[in-house]
Amino acid sequence: MAQSHDAPLATPLADRHAARGARMVEFGGWLMPLQYTGILEEHRAVRTRAGVFDLSHMGELFVEGPDAAAALAHALTSDPAGLAVGRAHYSMICFPEGGILDDLIIYRLGDERFMVVANASNAGAVSDALTERLEGYRVILDDRSLATGLVALQGPRSAGVLAPLTDIALDELRYYAIADGNVAGVPALVARTGYTGEDGFEVFVDVAAAGTVWDAIFDAGAGAGVVPVGLGARDTLRLEAGMPLYGNELGRDTTPFEAGLGRVVKLDKPGDFVGRAALEKAHAEGPRKKLVGLVVRGRGIARHGYEVFAGDRRTGTVTSGTLSPTLGEPIAMAYVTPSDAEPGTIVSVGIRDQRVPAQVVPLPFYRRPV
Amino acid sequence: MVPQDLRYTKDHEWVRIEGDMATVGITDYAAEQLGDIVFVELPELGRSVTQFTAVGVIESVKAVSDLFAPVSGEVVESNAELSDAPEMLNSDPYGKGWMLRLKLADLSQADALMDATAYEALTAEA
Repeated sequence: MAQSHDAPLATPLADRHAARGARMVEFGGWLMPLQYTGILEEHRAVRTRAGVFDLSHMGELFVEGPDAAAALAHALTSDPAGLAVGRAHYSMICFPEGGILDDLIIYRLGDERFMVVANASNAGAVSDALTERLEGYRVILDDRSLATGLVALQGPRSAGVLAPLTDIALDELRYYAIADGNVAGVPALVARTGYTGEDGFEVFVDVAAAGTVWDAIFDAGAGAGVVPVGLGARDTLRLEAGMPLYGNELGRDTTPFEAGLGRVVKLDKPGDFVGRAALEKAHAEGPRKKLVGLVVRGRGIARHGYEVFAGDRRTGTVTSGTLSPTLGEPIAMAYVTPSDAEPGTIVSVGIRDQRVPAQVVPLPFYRRPV
Repeated sequence: MVPQDLRYTKDHEWVRIEGDMATVGITDYAAEQLGDIVFVELPELGRSVTQFTAVGVIESVKAVSDLFAPVSGEVVESNAELSDAPEMLNSDPYGKGWMLRLKLADLSQADALMDATAYEALTAEA
């Protein structure tokens, strides 16, 4: 039987990806570049020089109005009212039962104006949930996901490449800050955020201007060895940096506490918020599972879905795994029983027909040199 | 263009037949599709393998896939250098990236595999 299936959306940079010979893959309802020259090469370029990512698939939701801060404090686990204008924080939107609907970055653009950035695959669900949760507050929700292009520049040379293209003083733009200005002559929001563990920037522009910004960064970065980077290396970079991915480490069956992200659940903020009762209970009872880092001490790669054992007892499941390009050894993230989560604990991973030893290690696997 | 003197399978493996010996590897197309290969698991020497069954593993950064025996036979040699340099599968799949040598159990199996023309037609469709 033929399956009906909506065609994936194309980003405004689709022609650039084709011109560079990218291998494309469907992700979160979008046709996205998986890799250009190869995951390892792209990964190393970001760690040592800089790489450019098309992230136009991400969701951008603008919340504006006199009650914007209070409305978001009700809808999310964090407390956006505490954010200074021009700053950002990591947040979660949870189901009433406490499971994670999506992980988000909240940028405060003004006293009464916020930008919520959601994962592509959840952008629709987040938009729907916010629409419902903001009801009764004096706010407008403007879902500009399809109208917004997003180009990220990540890696140690990012600031040097971007600075000549923008009127924003990048040396004054702190980590998790955002500023309004121009990039390559185009109005843009520039944030010092990313998903790679490196210094870098995310440039939000009108969808029609994404190509201009993309081209300008490559022109400016030619001498710095800037390369385009696909989703394949984006995944290995974020994994080394110990950053969770929705659908792997995060999901409806997981609370932020279990994911080691209890810091973004502000149980002490005033007022009720969606999920509060369930999350207070989960916090009081303690996690049923804990997210840990694993380094495989044998041959093989622990991948998503593989079982984890403590002795003969099944203790959990691998959520993400790869061969770390930077460390040269197989790394993974996994949920295990809390009593097996202490760094140093030796567990084993079922890799095909073998149990391969692995050691619990603190996250992240990689921290950029200061 | 793929090497004209080899036989090929629909699993994108190549076989070089010399007498009753078969050298086995994966094609450039397969290596390209897998991406950066970082780990290889090969069968132990002396093992008898059956045509089109999984006998080893090839892992790239992104995915894991099986190595199939393109013909039945006994494993007489495996490329130990791939353990330290699995990237040779990407850089030289028909040469230094060879994976196994099998002593053929049935010579007619090799004749039934695709020739270079048929294999190129297969990858052209993909």
